[in-house]
Amino acid sequence: MGCWNRNVEAIPPEDLREVQYKLVKSLVGRIYETSEFYRRRMKEQGVRPDDIGSLADLRKLPFMYKQDLRDTYPDGLFCAPKDELVRYHVSSGTTGKPTVVGYTRHDIENWSESLARAFSSCGIGRGDVLQVSYGYGLFTGGLGVHYGAERVGATVLPTSVGNTERQIELMQDLHTTAIACTPSYLLHMGEAAERMGVSIKDDTDLRVGFLGAEPWSEQMRGRIEDWLGIRAYDIYGTSELSGPMFTECSEQQGIHIWGDLAFVEVIDQETGEVLEPGERGEMVVTILQKEAFPLIRYRVGDITVLDDAPCACGRTHPRIQRIQGRVDDMLIVRGINVFPSQVEHALLEIPEVGRHFQIVVDRKGALDAMLVRVEVSEEAFSDKITDLMMIRKMVEHRLRGSLNVGVAVELVEPGSLPRFEGKSKKVVDRRSL
Amino acid sequence: MGKSYIIKQISIFSENRPGRLAAIASALRDARINIFAFSIAEANGFGVVRALVDRPEDAHRTLTDLGFRVSFTEVIGVRMRDEPGGLSEIAAVLGDAGVNIEYAYAYSGRDGAVLIVRVDQVEDAVRRILDCGGELLKASLFQ
Repeated sequence: MGCWNRNVEAIPPEDLREVQYKLVKSLVGRIYETSEFYRRRMKEQGVRPDDIGSLADLRKLPFMYKQDLRDTYPDGLFCAPKDELVRYHVSSGTTGKPTVVGYTRHDIENWSESLARAFSSCGIGRGDVLQVSYGYGLFTGGLGVHYGAERVGATVLPTSVGNTERQIELMQDLHTTAIACTPSYLLHMGEAAERMGVSIKDDTDLRVGFLGAEPWSEQMRGRIEDWLGIRAYDIYGTSELSGPMFTECSEQQGIHIWGDLAFVEVIDQETGEVLEPGERGEMVVTILQKEAFPLIRYRVGDITVLDDAPCACGRTHPRIQRIQGRVDDMLIVRGINVFPSQVEHALLEIPEVGRHFQIVVDRKGALDAMLVRVEVSEEAFSDKITDLMMIRKMVEHRLRGSLNVGVAVELVEPGSLPRFEGKSKKVVDRRSL
Repeated sequence: MGKSYIIKQISIFSENRPGRLAAIASALRDARINIFAFSIAEANGFGVVRALVDRPEDAHRTLTDLGFRVSFTEVIGVRMRDEPGGLSEIAAVLGDAGVNIEYAYAYSGRDGAVLIVRVDQVEDAVRRILDCGGELLKASLFQ
């Protein structure tokens, strides 16, 4: 199974829980001692480090929210002395103040270790050339993957994002075998390559993609794998947790969360109750070994399902399913919960329209009106207005079927929809409440 | 034989908002492509611009490179007398020939008036129009 760290990755589940308990115990003791914030929180909750007598006792601690990170900007949550820090990353803060994450040397090593295990589980290591097409800089994606790839012995090609034609030339000239980027950027690269007369499938050595930092779907995976001739793996992480940390293994049956580095719970987003494995809810993460910026029961805001059954790959660490949406991405339209990812899934099954879309929600009188803008595909474009109207009606019908809410569809010119600018532009909510 | 009368019209998808026709027209101008005739069909929110141009292949490539959704459509051009009764005469020919018109538009130029027609069975239509004494534009005018 190509383990990077077999003793840890295939640890018996009961031993893993014992390791996790010890780590939780020591973490809670450490943050109580070093952090004004955590000490106050725990006192408010009436919990002392001694109250942690089992792994389940972690539930005695309160949840942490993004707002806590904003309130303590820039460094109110740091638990290591300033001179121990070797790096900062800063999240973009599109919806509020940015979040600053600090790392000690040991934190960077654990982050790299996490990705080294992940890359190995997908057969990437020494002899591979990994092109890092995530942004380098304050964003965690570029440098995070970079260090993980170096750790595993791969050769890093740090192209960062943008300058797509040059990326494709370098991919050919330096024989890139794996790439890390957003799924939409890889699709963009595929299209750009074809315009240059290059088939990524036939004219490059690319065989693996680590795709993440934005939601994508199984259908999109199928399309990418068939079109580009690669295996596409989901990579997961957020800046608060360190950055990209976890991927699927070669089984492609969920993302392995290394239990000695992170403890994951899935909760009911309304009640906060911890759900059983197999139940869909909001992911809550405790980062177990972080020195500079630990997080306790942090509500990441991603919707997923936990799977603690052993994986066919032999690894015993629990898995999460592909992220199914964001708590804060969720739109409520006429009382129905709608995730943009549902729209994406539905559109991928309709060949008459492209995969890009934009959702516009407005309020007409007392009622919400949801509009989905899509591009007619080249194959389906007809110069007969009646044909185009039928496509529009059909897409409306299919979307209504999968979202359970009425949708109007607008056909727009190719290239006019947001491509890889991120999810914020995919939804425009014009309702003023 | 019938093929030499089948003309390649370019059809361009366009959103229904100011500036879109200008974008198409200026692209054709920059490529020095002449437009003989065009029409706009509109629906709620979008439209299709249809045009007969002197270099359809170049026009297709130019607009596609700019990101437009473009296709070729086979149409025929039926010559009309540019005087009262011209359209009536041709319409009768088409009707008698059993040709159903999906859409049509017309222009009047130096050599008289022309009715541009999209029909479902184009080769069949060409044969029957010629049999009824109608006169068709040659495709060689549009290369």
